[in-house]
Amino acid sequence: MRIGVVTFPGSLDDRDAARAVRAVGAEAVALWHADRTLRDVDAVILPGGFSYGDYLRCGAIARFAPVMEELVPAAQGGLPVLGICNGFQILCESHLLPGALIRNDHRKFVCVDQKLRVENTSTTWTSDLELGSHIRIPLKNGEGGFVADVPTLERLEGDGRIVFRYAGKNPNGSYRAIAGITNERGNVVGLMPHPEHAIEEGFGPSTDGLAFFTSVLSRVAA
Amino acid sequence: MTVVSRVDTVESAAAGGDAVQPWRELGLKEDEYDNIREILGRRPTSAELAMYSVMWSEHCSYKSSKIHFALWGENTTDAMREKLLVGIGENAGVVDIGDGWAVTFKVESHNHPSYVEPYQGAATGVGGIVRDIMSMGARPIAVMDPLRFGNLHHPDTLRVLPGIVAGIGGYGNCLGLPNIGGEVVFDECYQGNPLVNALCVGAMRIEDIHLASARGAGNKVVLFGAKTGGDGIGGVSVLASETFDEGGPTKRPSVQVGDPFAEKVLIECCLELYAAKVVAGIQDLGGAGLSCATSELASNGDGGMRVELDLVPLRDASLRPEEILMSESQERMMAVVEPQHLDRFLEITDRWDVEATVIGEVTDGDRLVITWHGETIVDVPPRSVAHDGPVYQRPLGRPAYLDALQQNETRGLERPVTGQQLRATLLTLLGSPNLCDKSWVTKQYDRYVMGNTALAMPDDAGVVRVDEETGRGVAISTDCNGRFAKLDPYAGAQLALAEAYRNVATAGAVPLAVTDCLNFGSPEDPGVMWQFREAVRGIAEGCKALGIPVTGGNVSFYNQTGDIAIHPTPVVGVLGVMEDVTTRTSTGFQTDGSPVFLLGTTRAELDGSEWAHVVHRHLGGRPPSYDLDHEQRLAGVLTTAAREGYLDAAHDLSEGGLAQALAESVLRHGVGVRVSVKHVHEDPFVALFSESAGRVLVSAVPGSEDDLLALVEDAGVPTVRIGTVDTSVDGLIVDHLFEADLVELRDRHTGTLPAVFGP
Amino acid sequence: MGRIVVDVMLKPEILDPQGQAVAGALPRLGFDRITDVRQGKRFVLTVDGDVTEQHLTRAREAAETLLSNPVIEDVVAVTAEADA
Repeated sequence: MRIGVVTFPGSLDDRDAARAVRAVGAEAVALWHADRTLRDVDAVILPGGFSYGDYLRCGAIARFAPVMEELVPAAQGGLPVLGICNGFQILCESHLLPGALIRNDHRKFVCVDQKLRVENTSTTWTSDLELGSHIRIPLKNGEGGFVADVPTLERLEGDGRIVFRYAGKNPNGSYRAIAGITNERGNVVGLMPHPEHAIEEGFGPSTDGLAFFTSVLSRVAA
Repeated sequence: MTVVSRVDTVESAAAGGDAVQPWRELGLKEDEYDNIREILGRRPTSAELAMYSVMWSEHCSYKSSKIHFALWGENTTDAMREKLLVGIGENAGVVDIGDGWAVTFKVESHNHPSYVEPYQGAATGVGGIVRDIMSMGARPIAVMDPLRFGNLHHPDTLRVLPGIVAGIGGYGNCLGLPNIGGEVVFDECYQGNPLVNALCVGAMRIEDIHLASARGAGNKVVLFGAKTGGDGIGGVSVLASETFDEGGPTKRPSVQVGDPFAEKVLIECCLELYAAKVVAGIQDLGGAGLSCATSELASNGDGGMRVELDLVPLRDASLRPEEILMSESQERMMAVVEPQHLDRFLEITDRWDVEATVIGEVTDGDRLVITWHGETIVDVPPRSVAHDGPVYQRPLGRPAYLDALQQNETRGLERPVTGQQLRATLLTLLGSPNLCDKSWVTKQYDRYVMGNTALAMPDDAGVVRVDEETGRGVAISTDCNGRFAKLDPYAGAQLALAEAYRNVATAGAVPLAVTDCLNFGSPEDPGVMWQFREAVRGIAEGCKALGIPVTGGNVSFYNQTGDIAIHPTPVVGVLGVMEDVTTRTSTGFQTDGSPVFLLGTTRAELDGSEWAHVVHRHLGGRPPSYDLDHEQRLAGVLTTAAREGYLDAAHDLSEGGLAQALAESVLRHGVGVRVSVKHVHEDPFVALFSESAGRVLVSAVPGSEDDLLALVEDAGVPTVRIGTVDTSVDGLIVDHLFEADLVELRDRHTGTLPAVFGP
Repeated sequence: MGRIVVDVMLKPEILDPQGQAVAGALPRLGFDRITDVRQGKRFVLTVDGDVTEQHLTRAREAAETLLSNPVIEDVVAVTAEADA
């Protein structure tokens, strides 16, 4: 199975996302922002980082990259896409997911081991997780506050499209403590925390992140 | 119509005449100015004057410290040199860590800019040290920041601390470098002079080491990265009045502004250039910008260099040539490229959208010649600028106050006696600024990026994996107790070295090399110069005793306000190697039933301690004694025990003594412990709060204690069993003295910084 | 050379932590009659020659798609600036 990881200028966790892909036995395919091709991959990860320095708004410039011209229609057509942190911001800016991410309410960058509640295991990326369980993965960002208008929030709740919620104290002011959401089809998932940093014993707070990457393997193989 | 020359050329300088030059305003002394005239055989042009004035400044030339650095060489044996691939003198030292891997690391200061503009000062400090590491051919893999501030509750601390922390995080996080450790220290002496020291580590294969030299006539000199603007040229603007310009001196910013995105792109671009093997020599542009890069590259090389300054891409077209030479615009590098590799070089910079411009070439001969629109404005011997600057023999003398200070011991101070008094003292110290929890700071740093961080704050050392196949990696710690150094700079420096060495071993690594950042007051004060020399001597002789070399470092002078200098603060960084970082030892008790031991000897050594400082506002007496031979044997025990898996946890003892180490070890994972200190020292106050050196608190994996005891006995390390890890104990129980529960310990420990800076 | 100024503000209902921080800091300067602060962005676009209707139309498009995020921001003004 081939999973693409996009590198924009300023992407940081692309190597880590690739490592996570290889850790579950899939092939990580490097995708370059300026290339108008997805190289026939079975799924795509938009990794964390500071694409274009977070200038203008996080993900606002990356969203117009040539690779996104291929990615957006492919995602609309069912290609599995996982947006992590900056990747989530890019998905929102491209309107593949609703809402937006703004500055943390306490205005500081925060890096913590974050407890999340798993609320949707029907997506392509979360089928191997246990519904209602808690996982602990790193959260590290300055602009992680998820916001959306009330109708959007109600729709997300009603459709069960909130995939993760922050457990315990809200770390960044996200509305309804939303940490991650999915699109209507369940193939596009965006979340602020970093599963790719919770895959190896001794190098993260847990190995809870592995399930994200095994999920997509089983979904695509099926 | 004749065009009036607006630029001071070599031709006009050579023509003679009585030009009065602002050498004094540029910071030069009269004899230095005369020396320049002698070297050139004429007066310098204003561009040359600008170059010499900056390159011969204390910051760039180390003129007050150079003679003392002979001590490094005198104390480096052949055995020490063996592991060193690149020594002092290059941008950063490089050590061989085995398996074909080389690691480069260095710590630098950015103190004064951070006082002026905390965010940008700290941010550009990180940027600068990262570029130094990059220019050795390495991929930067981690950063650490030893920080020192004045009184926690002073309004100016509120002004500088949050900005400095945000700047370090803002720049380092955006670069994608995990921040794995550092220090946050508060002391009144730093009130007007906060210290921001920035460390960076990088890794590469041995064959990929690059050096900063320009060799081979005809090779191209390429400037790449950000455009050049007016950053950091404040003082040079006085030269504008030298010319025919009638507008008067322009106001130019003194503060450098960093763009971490530009630097991230530069890192990736450089690594691709190195991999393509198209770089013959490389230098980063830091302090003194182009002046430094060109003169150093040429000076280190085998010939000369010719540069056309008007080819430099500018952000501000109104900059004068002197200003361009002095500009400290960030995120710029200079490479020497063989002509046949130039196309490939430019192809790669293009792919990364990095601007690259050929601005000159390496020449035969031994002059650095710089032209501006065809006219020669600089023609100097590069060595005279970059390496043969003035060497001062500053007078030094033991400070007059030192005898009285050393005689003013803590012996007579009132001390806690009863269990309840000892308990209260522990809690007071636990919540005091230096000993309190620093999460408010460290949470603002990304520790996970790159996925190789095996250990980070609040553990004793930062540990990162270098080889993902084998697990080989490095551990680093930076330490300095400025109060000990004030009481005795030689001992204080050796204690700093011993502590960093011990911290690295506590994490399970074998110490290998040293870097240092020497922060001192004014070198014009003989007492400060004496402190400086004593500290350098201490580190040099200490390194020789421990068998690990100094690979490079930094000096920051003039950290004083009026007559009050900071405590001498020789920050020492030690790097160690681990064959497999997953065997590292962390602090924090974990396993129920683990026997707890204290390795090392506890004596009544309270002078300069945190207790004396917090409870009595007292500084006087002598720093703790120490034994470097003992430290070596102790380190051997810790690294072997880690490798063999005997240890449940280990924690170095330093400020706050055993009480602090116990509290931190309990708070780390919330696992309790029951101890008795009666075999540590007959006086429980001494047992709990003394700051004797060479001690580590360990808990052994149940079943391994015999193996551990065999190790310590073989090594001759005095050891006492003091208790057992006990998950049924809520917090800390010290037999016959007191108990403190987790909630109370945690509240005290974690409440201090948020109370001042917010949640 | 003409200039077009684009002003972008967060939608009123969106939390503005930076504006709040500024509002908290103003009293320290003796400015205690301010009841609220919102922070926005101002873009100055320089064009060759004078500003035309077409320039303004294109600028409005750029404002709606790139310079602002319509989910959380409003483009409050797109105006030609008179040459100084």
